[in-house]
Amino acid sequence: MAVLELTNISKHFGAIQAVSDVSLSLEAGQVVGLMGDNGAGKSTLVKMIAGNYRPSQGTIRLDGSEIVLHRPVEARQHGIEIVHQDLALCNNLTAAANVFLGRELRRGVGPLRVLDYKAMYRRAGEIFRELRSETRPRDLVRQMSGGQRQAVAIARTMISEAKIVLMDEPTAAISVRQVAEVLHLIRELRDRGIAVVLISHRMPDVFDVADRVVVMRRGRMVADKPIAQTSPEEVTGLITGAIERV
Amino acid sequence: MATTLDQTIAQKQRTLGAAILSNQTFWVLVAVVLACIFLSFATDSFATAKNLYNITRNTTFVAIIALGMTLVIITGGIDLSVGSVLCLCSMVLAVVMHSGYSIEVGIAASVATAVLIGAFNGVLIAYVGFPPFVVTLGMLSIARSLAMVASNNTVVFQFGPDHDKLLALGGGAWLFGIANPVIYMIVLALLTGFVLRWTRLGRYIYAIGGNEQAATATGIPVRPIKVGVYMISALSAGIAGIVQTGWLGAVTTNIGAGMELQVIAAAVIGGANLAGGVGTAFGALVGAALIEVIRNSLGLLGINAFWQGTFIGGATILAVLFDRIRNFRQAE
Repeated sequence: MAVLELTNISKHFGAIQAVSDVSLSLEAGQVVGLMGDNGAGKSTLVKMIAGNYRPSQGTIRLDGSEIVLHRPVEARQHGIEIVHQDLALCNNLTAAANVFLGRELRRGVGPLRVLDYKAMYRRAGEIFRELRSETRPRDLVRQMSGGQRQAVAIARTMISEAKIVLMDEPTAAISVRQVAEVLHLIRELRDRGIAVVLISHRMPDVFDVADRVVVMRRGRMVADKPIAQTSPEEVTGLITGAIERV
Repeated sequence: MATTLDQTIAQKQRTLGAAILSNQTFWVLVAVVLACIFLSFATDSFATAKNLYNITRNTTFVAIIALGMTLVIITGGIDLSVGSVLCLCSMVLAVVMHSGYSIEVGIAASVATAVLIGAFNGVLIAYVGFPPFVVTLGMLSIARSLAMVASNNTVVFQFGPDHDKLLALGGGAWLFGIANPVIYMIVLALLTGFVLRWTRLGRYIYAIGGNEQAATATGIPVRPIKVGVYMISALSAGIAGIVQTGWLGAVTTNIGAGMELQVIAAAVIGGANLAGGVGTAFGALVGAALIEVIRNSLGLLGINAFWQGTFIGGATILAVLFDRIRNFRQAE
């Protein structure tokens, strides 16, 4: 059964139709590559799933029951996590502090509760180990590579037992070696049974890691097919409009 | 042998010793200690009980406000109004007590004034989006003017029925001969240090200074916290004002003039970064101590007092220069 099901979702801002009539389902343990040119409606679609925008029409179902998200916090409570393109990390804090930002572990009783540094370092270390990323919990994010930063941002989604992780251009501005690291992280998420949506402009990344590719053009979904049954040429044609629809 | 992933993850980036050696606060502390040792030998008057009592007490007023200022600076803000807020709070205390109310009422009125001003600053900055510099610069002018209005620009030195209580509060030494203001400073510093290191609030204050958008995205209540730090900053100025009033035994409308610059200098010398995200309570104390030691020593060494500003300004620039050099090295 689908983890998340979007049915006939539309969103307009005034007279501008950003997303029209999109139906899409996400399966557990599956990576969906979401592609499309700038302004095709990818971000708007993802922001509706993440609770930033409310759809003008249509329904969102999580595990079969309909949900209405008013704020990003509510999406998080439902197990929907987003990794922002700029990663939303604090450079002046340690990796562990960033992983637990807003959800710090504490110890003590009643009102006398203090931050539990030890537990946060340990848990963050465990997550990095699971992700097989060489990231040290005590390091400041300022001193980290692009790949390690991604690991921190992704680790954040893993302390909450997320069901769905939305990733906005995770490979846009990093080196080739780091891209491999990030794609590896995405596979780790998939293997843990998490549904991953990968927004990307980079064709090789999507074909490397995704199980399905969804293409959007001018707010409409013009393709949703398994990676094995399509090709970069076809997807390019769908993005630009050379191929109308499949 | 190749290190395993587990070893890498468990590895600490650097030892405790290396961390201390690259810490600005540590080197400023070394400077303070060296200066004290030098002065003990160079002059007869430095290492006397009386002079040390004076130094520690004089440090406190700047130090107490620097604690509040450090919180503001960590969030990436600045509070230029503290000198004037100190003056207004002292004046409110003085005027209320002068007109016959008890010391409790006077302090309550003074604290309420401080909190109100802090809330005003904070709301304009956090909710209306004013730059902190502009809002607090405006308040610098407003608060001192209100102090003049409240007192009709006179000197108040009669504090009504609780006159002696107030003087004891600020000028006494109830514990082991340590000046009262020093006790207050230590308690407030411990409190600030605890909040910064061990509480969620402290963690969020650093996060806001590090990346405000990220803090907002992770659900941290950024705006209320920003209002809170400006309230704490004003409150620290208010507390310093109350204590200073008790110590001086008189309030004029020019006390605390230009103090904001000393306070900011103390915070910065102690390691707070005006770009936000960095700073400690201990640093604020050490920075304030260095400023006071410089001032005191110039007097004892017989150097013209006009040189004070040069030395304090030089120390500020030197402390930040140290931080810059460290950053250059990291960048390479």
